[in-house]
Amino acid sequence: MLIVEDLHVSVGTTQVLKGLNLTVPTGEVHAIMGPNGSGKSTLSYVLAGRPGYIVTSGAVTFDGQDLLALAPEERARSGLFLGFQYPVEIPGVNNVYLLKAALNAARKHRGLQEVDAFEFLGLVREKMKLMQMPETFLSRGVNEGFSGGEKKRNEILQMLVLEPRLAILDETDSGLDIDALKVVAAGVSSLRDANRSFVLVTHYQRLLDHIVPDKVHVLAGGRILRSGDHTLAHELERRGYDWVVSEAA
Amino acid sequence: MTENTALVELVGRQYQHGFVTDIESDTVAPGLDEDVVRFISRKKGEPEFLLQWRLKALRHWFTLREPHWARAHYPAIDYQSISYFSAPKAKTDGPKSLADVDPKLLETYAKLGVPLHERARLAGVAVDAVFDSVSVATTFKERLSAAGVIFCSFSEAVRNHPALIEQYLGTVVPVADNFYAALNSAVFTDGSFVYVPKGVRCPMELSTYFRINAANTGQFERTLIIADADSHVSYLEGCTAPMRDENQLHAAVVELVALDNAFIKYSTVQNWYPGDERGVGGIYNFVTKRGECRGRNSHISWTQVETGSAITWKYPSCVLRGEGSIGEFYSVATVNNYQQADTGTKMIHIGRDTRSTIVSKGISAGHGQNSYRGLVKILPSAHGARNFTQCDSLLMGGTCGAHTFPYVEVKNPTATVEHEASTSKISEDQLFYCQQRGIATEDAVNMIVSGFCKSVFKELPMEFAVEAQNLLAVSLEGAVG
Repeated sequence: MLIVEDLHVSVGTTQVLKGLNLTVPTGEVHAIMGPNGSGKSTLSYVLAGRPGYIVTSGAVTFDGQDLLALAPEERARSGLFLGFQYPVEIPGVNNVYLLKAALNAARKHRGLQEVDAFEFLGLVREKMKLMQMPETFLSRGVNEGFSGGEKKRNEILQMLVLEPRLAILDETDSGLDIDALKVVAAGVSSLRDANRSFVLVTHYQRLLDHIVPDKVHVLAGGRILRSGDHTLAHELERRGYDWVVSEAA
Repeated sequence: MTENTALVELVGRQYQHGFVTDIESDTVAPGLDEDVVRFISRKKGEPEFLLQWRLKALRHWFTLREPHWARAHYPAIDYQSISYFSAPKAKTDGPKSLADVDPKLLETYAKLGVPLHERARLAGVAVDAVFDSVSVATTFKERLSAAGVIFCSFSEAVRNHPALIEQYLGTVVPVADNFYAALNSAVFTDGSFVYVPKGVRCPMELSTYFRINAANTGQFERTLIIADADSHVSYLEGCTAPMRDENQLHAAVVELVALDNAFIKYSTVQNWYPGDERGVGGIYNFVTKRGECRGRNSHISWTQVETGSAITWKYPSCVLRGEGSIGEFYSVATVNNYQQADTGTKMIHIGRDTRSTIVSKGISAGHGQNSYRGLVKILPSAHGARNFTQCDSLLMGGTCGAHTFPYVEVKNPTATVEHEASTSKISEDQLFYCQQRGIATEDAVNMIVSGFCKSVFKELPMEFAVEAQNLLAVSLEGAVG
């Protein structure tokens, strides 16, 4: 599904990723953990194609395509979804309107018919129920006046509606209380299947209690320093990151 | 490819309504003196009072100097090089039906999508089309006249309803009001007239399409709308203009009078030629629009979407004389390339318990300069007057400008005046968020801008709201950097 090879990325004059390698096979859930400033968000952004994140060398293949050659919206339409750490507010633009435009852009890309308003509303209502979101959400602006938790739920709702091939969730768990965390985890789990992959970027192991990953990677100093199964997350929780860094040095 | 280059590539689509219709014009030689005014008045067969009124305006105009307090820069206009009259040649005294209308003219309307004859009926819109200063066709007369509504060209109103003209013309915008209003009063050639009698709710939206055509012809429209007691009318004005290299002056005057409990809604979508991407050409739009809430509990609402013109100088205003009267101003003003807009409103509170609302959304892109200039004036007699002003600016790219000049004069201590203002940029975060959801940059920009303008768009009549949104999309294509 996703193959990242020797990826070097600069932001401004700072080199943030320094030869990152990562392979996420189809159907697997991988967690990326690491200390602050290790390059986790940079990895998320560069995969999604955010302007200002310059790839100086390396390659990324997504579903057999050269991901880095695609514009951000093309990556999205091909099935790459980024759940933002800090979803932005877009005042006056209806939440559902944006989501419908997003879904239809993806469907068009796949040669499918656009969904009509009724069909779409039915779909959104169903997913909203799963995410325990109130009906009033339908008439609000994109993230406009949302609490931190509501914004994160909204990200997961979008993911559920768009059904991406690969979902990268950038610290979706941060700022959530335990109930919200469970709802978010249930949303993610409901999409988990053999044809879809997830990259969960997180600081803490607690999300991984609810979504058990196939693999855990430690990202520090711009590279993956260690990989293991879900027990690695527990070890990190206990011992911190320093030992990984010093062992790798 | 960086964001910037992608966006720059999108900039500079050609103005879509740029074409010129070739029609023999009956044009007076350039220049302005009393003889020209007499020529216009005679040509239009006007009564003596109107000629005298024009001459008074002209004599006053000669004493005035062009105002330059607006935040706009342009070369001096030589008013003596402008031709002040141009009319398509009449076969008789004017066309009696569409069959009598110059086919070329109809072709032009077709290109513009003006809903004449059947299209108009389906759209439920009556059109009084102003073409080079002379109205050539008016539809829906029967249906309107059955309701007692008079909707006709200004010239027709002068011929058929001179008493109404004499009673109301210049009572809201006096001939001496300002430089452009005086000029307009002297040389206006045509425009629209509406009278809605007591207790009548106008059965349809009234619509006028303006268009500048002959080269070097200043366009001086005159519009007068009178809503008698307990009446209700919604008037729509939309403009496009053909592509021109030379700057063209447009100095219209619009007067609205609302008597007791009357409601006038005046909506504008303005799309005059804005000049090219280097700032060459384009219309100078120096317009005086004012409504007077003369009666108790009367209500005037201005809604404008301004995307065109090289320079816009325009302050649709309300004089709130009647007790409990209401004035509203909802505006979206967009500048791109080298456009300059200095626009806003004046709310003059005279009567008790008068209320006004101002919502202004300014969008600046390219090298455009956008100024909001608004006056809220509460006179000593206006006990309990209230105003709310919200003034937001959106910047696209780093080479444009947004300026806000709010003036507040309160002479009554019981008044409440609120002002909110904000300036923001379309953020890279917003754009990227939309792109990450599969939405192309251009669509994302449209979406964000429409969201920004939502509170104004919802004031527009339905079909106009759609047109306005499209227009905005066209005029801002690729304007983000």
